[in-house]
Order: sequence, then structure tokens, then C-alpha cells
Amino acid sequence: MQHEGVWILAEQSHGRVQRISHELLTRGIELASKRGTTLTALILGNNVNQDDLQGLIDRGADRVVAVEAPQLESFLPQPYMRCMLKVIEDYRPEIIIAGATSTGRTLMPLVAIKANAGLTADCTVLDIEEGSGNLLQTRPAIGGNIMATIKTPNNRPQMATVRPHSTRPAEPASGREGQIVRLKAPQELLASDVKHVGFSPNVEEQALSDAQRVVVVGRGIKKGENVELARRLADKLDAAVGATRDVVDRGWLSYPHQIGLSGKTITPQLYVGLGASGSIQHLAGMQTSEVIVAVNTDPEAQIFKVADFGIVASLFDVVPVLLEKLPGK
Amino acid sequence: MRIIVPIKQVPETNAVRMDEATGTMIRDGVEAIVNPLDLYAIELAIQLRDQHGGEIIAVSMGPPKAAAALREAISMGVDSGVLVSDKAFAGSDTWATSYVLAAAVRKIGAFDLVICGERATDGDTGQVGPGIAAFLDLPVISYVSKFDSLVQGACRVHRLVENGYELLEMALPGVLTVVKEVAAPRLPTLRGKQKARKAEIPSWGAKDLDVHADKLGLAGSPTRVVKIFRPSVARKCVKHVPTDERTLNEAVDGLVGFLRGKQLI
Ligand SMILES: Cc1cc2nc3c(=O)[nH]c(=O)nc-3n(C[C@H](O)[C@H](O)[C@H](O)COP(=O)(O)OP(=O)(O)OC[C@H]3O[C@@H](n4cnc5c(N)ncnc54)[C@H](O)[C@@H]3O)c2cc1C
Ligand SMILES: Nc1ncnc2c1ncn2[C@@H]1O[C@H](COP(=O)(O)O)[C@@H](O)[C@H]1O
Repeated sequence: MQHEGVWILAEQSHGRVQRISHELLTRGIELASKRGTTLTALILGNNVNQDDLQGLIDRGADRVVAVEAPQLESFLPQPYMRCMLKVIEDYRPEIIIAGATSTGRTLMPLVAIKANAGLTADCTVLDIEEGSGNLLQTRPAIGGNIMATIKTPNNRPQMATVRPHSTRPAEPASGREGQIVRLKAPQELLASDVKHVGFSPNVEEQALSDAQRVVVVGRGIKKGENVELARRLADKLDAAVGATRDVVDRGWLSYPHQIGLSGKTITPQLYVGLGASGSIQHLAGMQTSEVIVAVNTDPEAQIFKVADFGIVASLFDVVPVLLEKLPGK
Repeated sequence: MRIIVPIKQVPETNAVRMDEATGTMIRDGVEAIVNPLDLYAIELAIQLRDQHGGEIIAVSMGPPKAAAALREAISMGVDSGVLVSDKAFAGSDTWATSYVLAAAVRKIGAFDLVICGERATDGDTGQVGPGIAAFLDLPVISYVSKFDSLVQGACRVHRLVENGYELLEMALPGVLTVVKEVAAPRLPTLRGKQKARKAEIPSWGAKDLDVHADKLGLAGSPTRVVKIFRPSVARKCVKHVPTDERTLNEAVDGLVGFLRGKQLI
């Protein structure tokens, strides 16, 4: 039997479909149309909200397959892996795309090994090769200095992860029709050597990833105390504060603030960089921002290559004036 | 406790060249270090051994010079090292790497934990840890940020996820991959360095492991690098270069107008 169809791995939390699923649909719609095939969203969970499943259809899925059991309520590697393998065996997808989330990054390698499939992590561009129909997976390699395009010529499914917030979520269209298949996970697949004991939330962590405006501090801020200046600008713009790795390494802000290859990827409406040089590793986490503003004393700084609006001057001169001129608070 | 720590030797700088034809890295002439994120795995292993007794074996798959990474691990306090090296392993992707490392772990014999780094700074996939678990049919917990306790044949750990920390319990044996928060790596000691210099490091090739020839190296890897290129980034930037207070004011007015135009304020 042939392998056919593009699939995305949707994610849920407490039965509610998560944003990453809608971002994956954006990727999936394009791939399915290029490949001339259908788009299916797979979701593992328990009692997943019916409106949310319909929401996946509204946003571009032709079909939703929900595999459910109480043991699948939250991610556990073994039962998730076995259920996904069973789905692959039954439906034989050609392509599976997941988010590079704590779930996707763990589940996908487990499944890829067992399914004898190739897997490419953290793709920034996904495309279909003309003629062969192979999935072309492009990702940064060696610290982001190089991009590599990878394919899986002989093994199926072709699997890839993409970073959260690296695309916009697909918009819903009313009146879209599709099939929702709810399957009860077979009991024999649900044993787990890992048990959930508890959870402690960290709200601040999530805020930066979801922020629509971000003010990023680079080493040009010079001292930890000066971060306060950036915070004031962030408050005025209703923005979250992010940082480059150099700032985090110096302890001026904590690791959860780091934007870039080894930190978070963000796609806000507005990115304001203060004294960030725009290293390729930093760009890897922010260049898909909608509007990019940069303040840097060095006219040759890389950040200006990706910026929409730049001021070549000291942030210590620019920010106080900007604070005065901005309306509000 | 018997703990196995897979460590990777990676290039020190990011000034690495690629072989455009095969899509693999040219490692010659670049200084090599232990993958920085593997130092956290080594440190956690040392703390667990010092607390509960037992031994730690580091294993590294790579060219013969990867033995240096194992010696560094020993100088930090790891008990012994095994090099997994063979021309047949060259060009392995994460599938083929996990396959060989799992075979090496199996050959080392009974253990309680395999502790991996979160990811290697060169390949940067984070796939090998779960990959080893899959080949060994063992449970895995990724992104471990804190080791809480050992209770009756199980370990209790914190796992870093997007919106907080999960508290999980895993029956041993199993595989962990750890993040930076898990421990602060110690520096090698003088005595450790002496021990490392004298350490006998066995080297295992394909014939020493229970592996199939067709699953090794480039030929055994499902993925193929087909193209390598320099990333290009470009937007049209409106650039202001103020030289005095007046032009600074103009530049900032320009910015405020720009943000207003984009309906961001
Ligand atoms: C494998 C790997 C992963 C990495 N991952 C990341 C990552 O996730 N995120 C990340 O950010 N980096 C990452 N890096 C590090 C990256 O290469 C850079 O070192 C880092 O981004 C530089 O941070 P920076 O821009 O703050 O500092 P610098 O490059 O030192 O830039 C400081 C800038 O401030 C400007 N400046 C100085 N004074 C002022 C002033 N008064 N006003 C305005 N501007 C001023 C300077 O002109 C300069 O451009 C990674 C590196 C590697 C090898
Ligand atoms: N060649 C290797 N030899 C030993 N361990 C490795 C090797 N490659 C990867 N690992 C382990 O797997 C982790 C994840 O690596 P990666 O999937 O390549 O990002 C590393 O932190 C190491 O613990």
C-alpha cells in the first residue's frame, strides 16, 4: 500500500487544542496543496473539545483523527509513541509535521526510530520537490551559520518538526467541511513506565513566546542595571522583554528571556532591538517578526539588514527621547 | 547505580566548513571539545554516583580523536570511557547514530540510567537521546531540569515544558536528557587529569557490536543532506543616522510616526 497524505501532529492541553496546531496547519495546507493531497490533523488526548476539533477543520484540515484515552490526557512518551505508530500503520501518511515543542521533540524521534523514518528537527522552510514529490526540509546547521536542505528519499513517512511561533496560525474559514474521527486508544498500547506526579506552572515563561510586542536587550545595554531602561520602554509599548545570549550569559536577564537559535523563537508584530548586533543565531529566533526596529551605534550591524526602521545612535540617547515622545502612560 | 553517559565531541568554534558534495562536516583543523550541554549530564551522573555509589561509563561515537572527550569526562570524575569508532559509522544521521549508540549501551551491559545532554551544539537536533531509548525499548524523560530523588527502583524528576515544570516518576532502567538547570558542571581536577591520561579507552567498531551493516553510516541513514547554502536575510531598512540633538529628535519623531503608521501605537 502507498503512503499518502500530509499529516500534522496537533497538540492539546486539558482537552483544548493548542496554538501550535494552527501554526502547523499553515504549513500543512501549503504542503498538501503542492503535493495534491489531503491534510489530516492527528491529536492524542482525552475528551478533546469538539468545537476545537471542528476548529482544525475550519482552519484547513480535511480530516481530524483524535485518539483518546484517559491515559493520553497529558504527554507520556510510551503510550503516545505506540498510539502514533498504530495510526501510521493504519493510515500510512506520507508526511508528518510536528511542533518542536517539548512534546514534539520527544515523541517524533521515538516514532521515527520505530517507524524506520527519517526525521529533521527545527525546519524553517518546508517544500515539496518537483518531480519526486519528496519533502524538502531546510534547517539551520552548525549554530545557524549554514542552512541545509535535507530529504528522505527512500523511507516513509517523512517526518519533520518546526519551531513554535515560526509561522502564523491558519485563520478559520466558516463553512469548511471535513471528517472528524474519534478513536478509542486500545488498552494494550497504554502502559507507561513514566508517571505524572505533579505540575508547577511558570507563567512568565509563556508570556514572552506569546507576546505581540517584544523589546530585546543586547550587550549594548552595557550593565544589568540598565535593563531597567528597556523595561520602561517595554511597559510603554505594552511589550515583553527579551534578550540576546550575551546578555543572558552575563546574568543580566534569565535564560527564559533568550531569543534565538538556543533560546525562544518569536514572531511578534513588533520587535525592538536595543544594542543587539543581529548575529545569525539571534536572527534565527526573530527574523520572522512582522516589524523590526533596531537601535545600534554601529551602522554596519547585521541587525539593520533585517530591520524595517533603524536608528544609528546610542540607545542611551534614543530611548529617553522615545519614552518622552510615545503617547500613553 | 550504573550510569552510562553518551557524550559527543563537537567543534569548538562555529567556523566549520561543510563538504558540499556529501553534506557532511569537515572536522579537520578545528579544535574539538565536549559538547557543552553534555557537561550537565556528566555532572548529574557524578552527583548521583557520589550519593548512591556505583560507576559511570561515558561513551562517545566519533573519530579516534573523540577519545579526548572521554578523557575529559574522566578528568571530571567519570570512571571509564568507551570509544565507538569505525569508518562504517561516518555520515550517520540521528537514526543511525542512535542505532549504534544503543548497541554500544547494550554491550556495556546492565545499567540504571542513560543520561544524555539536551542536544549537541553542532547537529543541534536533540533526537539522539530519545532515539537511544527507542532502540533499547526503554522509557525516556526529556528536558530534565532537576533530579528530585530515587525511590524504590524509580527516579523522580522535574521536566521543563513550555508553561512550567512537570514532576514525573520513571521506573528504572531508563533514559534521561537533561537541560542546563539540572546541575553546575565541575572543573576537572588535577588527580582526575592524571587518571584520564592513564585511562585505557577501548575502541569498539562495527564488528564488536550487534549491528547490521546496512543500517550504518550514510547508507543506513534515512535522511540525506541535498543542499547547503548561506542564509540570506534582507529587508529595506529606513536608516536614520542622527549627529546632534536636532537630528536625534527627528529620528525619534520618524520612529514614532512609523509605529503610528503601522498602527502599533
Ligand atoms: C550554537 C550557538 C547558539 C547561539 N544561540 C544564540 C541565541 O539563541 N540567541 C542569541 O542572541 N545568541 C546566540 N548565540 C550567540 C551569538 O552568536 C552572539 O554572540 C550574540 O547574539 C550576540 O549578542 P549581542 O548582540 O547582545 O552582543 P554583541 O554581538 O556584542 O552586540 C552588541 C551590539 O551593541 C551595539 N552597541 C554598543 N553600545 C551601544 C549603545 N550605547 N547603543 C546602541 N547599541 C550599542 C554594538 O554596536 C553591537 O552591535 C549563539 C551562538 C552559538 C555559537
Ligand atoms: N556521536 C555521539 N556520541 C555520543 N553521544 C552522542 C552522540 N551524538 C549525540 N549524542 C548524545 O545525544 C545528545 C543529543 O544529541 P543530538 O541529537 O545530536 O542533538 C547529546 O547531548 C549526547 O548526549
